[in-house]
Amino acid sequence: MAASKRTIDALKKRGINDDDAKTLAEAGFTASKLRGKSLDNLVELTKDISKGVQQEVAEIKESAEEEAPEEKPKTPLDLRLEELLNPPTSLPYRMVKDMKAEISKHKVTKKHLEKIIDEVIEQYNRAKVEPCEAVGIIAAQSIGEPGTQMTMRTFHYAGVAELNVTLGLPRLIEIVDARKVPTTPVMKIYLDADHRHDRDKARELGWVIEATKTSHLGDILTIPDGMVIQIRLNDVMLRRRKITFEEVKEKIEKKAGTGVNVEGDEKDLILTITPKEPTYRELLQLRKKVNKITLKGIDGISRVVIRNEDGEYVMYTEGSALKEVLSKEGIDAARTKTNNIMEIADVLGIEAARNAIMEEALSTLSEQGLDVDIRHIMMIADVMTRDGEVKQIGRHGVAGEQVSVLSRAAFEVTVNHLLDAAIAGEIDELCGVSENVIVGQPINMGTGRIKLVATGYGV
Amino acid sequence: MKKKDIDVLKHELVPEHVVMDDKEAERIMREYMVSKAQLPKIKESDSAAKQIGAKSGDIIKVIRKSQTADRFVSYRITIK
Repeated sequence: MAASKRTIDALKKRGINDDDAKTLAEAGFTASKLRGKSLDNLVELTKDISKGVQQEVAEIKESAEEEAPEEKPKTPLDLRLEELLNPPTSLPYRMVKDMKAEISKHKVTKKHLEKIIDEVIEQYNRAKVEPCEAVGIIAAQSIGEPGTQMTMRTFHYAGVAELNVTLGLPRLIEIVDARKVPTTPVMKIYLDADHRHDRDKARELGWVIEATKTSHLGDILTIPDGMVIQIRLNDVMLRRRKITFEEVKEKIEKKAGTGVNVEGDEKDLILTITPKEPTYRELLQLRKKVNKITLKGIDGISRVVIRNEDGEYVMYTEGSALKEVLSKEGIDAARTKTNNIMEIADVLGIEAARNAIMEEALSTLSEQGLDVDIRHIMMIADVMTRDGEVKQIGRHGVAGEQVSVLSRAAFEVTVNHLLDAAIAGEIDELCGVSENVIVGQPINMGTGRIKLVATGYGV
Repeated sequence: MKKKDIDVLKHELVPEHVVMDDKEAERIMREYMVSKAQLPKIKESDSAAKQIGAKSGDIIKVIRKSQTADRFVSYRITIK
């Protein structure tokens, strides 16, 4: 591609040196396409280009093109339709997009257009949920009913043959209960452009991530005669997992604790560890410690499986450690995911957690062959993440935070709530559903939400 | 220990977060007829909130991708 002098000048103005500017311009970038990129990105980009990494370049190009599309002038149709996005009409974005697409296929007069818009608005308002509709209970039932059709079978492996993932009803319960850690935490790690097409690099990265314990590298022997622990390392395992004898020795020295002596015989690959006191108790405790030591990789990741999916290498892990994994070199930090929702909330934020809840719930249901409208799941996810943290639906979360005593008593642990409330002299304002049903009054939902007021005669 | 700082907003699961200026925020609250206390909340320590530098009291505009409407704008008030 011919290098545009304008591009080169513009890039030089931004602080890039002549050669790099030339490289970028020759690769087909223009100043506008690179506008959004910081200086660091551009310097890296030049390096990538010279290395000949086409992939990354193509990707950045794609995203650059998305960010700076050709500025088409807005037609009167565009302008009129975009008004509908704002109040009072407030149409959803997709609706306006679809309208734009359909209407521009035909010739319409202004009057005609207004008629179409009126009709669309009316149909939209009719399709909307009515105010005061009890959407919570509807969502609960819409998810609960297919729930009764879910089997409790958890032995079915989802996707990867070697990994065991909780499925079906137990998983759905885990999600709704906002469990800190799922019973089968699993991560799906995507790799960056450098690693995703290279099998060896992917394998190497796999060992960087998978936790290598002492037992993986050889035999551990407790020798009561000499009051020592002996580790016989296996050369093959050391090489496969890309860890050296020295590294093992150092790690064990560091983690075995104070007063412990580690002697190494590099030729025979034997490590002799002496506890600080020559007692059986110390020896056994030391043995326990040595068993637990993680020599390489991320603690918690017990297994990594590399698969080729859609032409790229992906890693599935047994165990989840999102923060550590995302900061490792070689992984794609934008696509890597986990099924541990609390980790996602912690590392990526509450909105990401909301999306994760929806994705997990949806996939759990559809894996069982059940089709629940996403709106019900959105309802749950929204309620769970409303206050900035992931709360369970049950008594330690949303249900438990009910202001009404009767409501909480009707939900779970009845007597405790009534007792505490009586002691404290609490008042129940009877605003919610449960308490009004108990007392026998109309509830504050649906028709009961509306109050009629008489205006008097002759008005 | 940190090899690289994670750009949280780049992740697939994280929607766009923007701090709103006071005028815009007031307009939104008037339109929806809500008070600050009624808005959904987001913690100041939230990864996305931290990255855009939101402080307690700021109202964040969250532009989500939606399966039902392609795009949906929601709001959260920064707390604590």
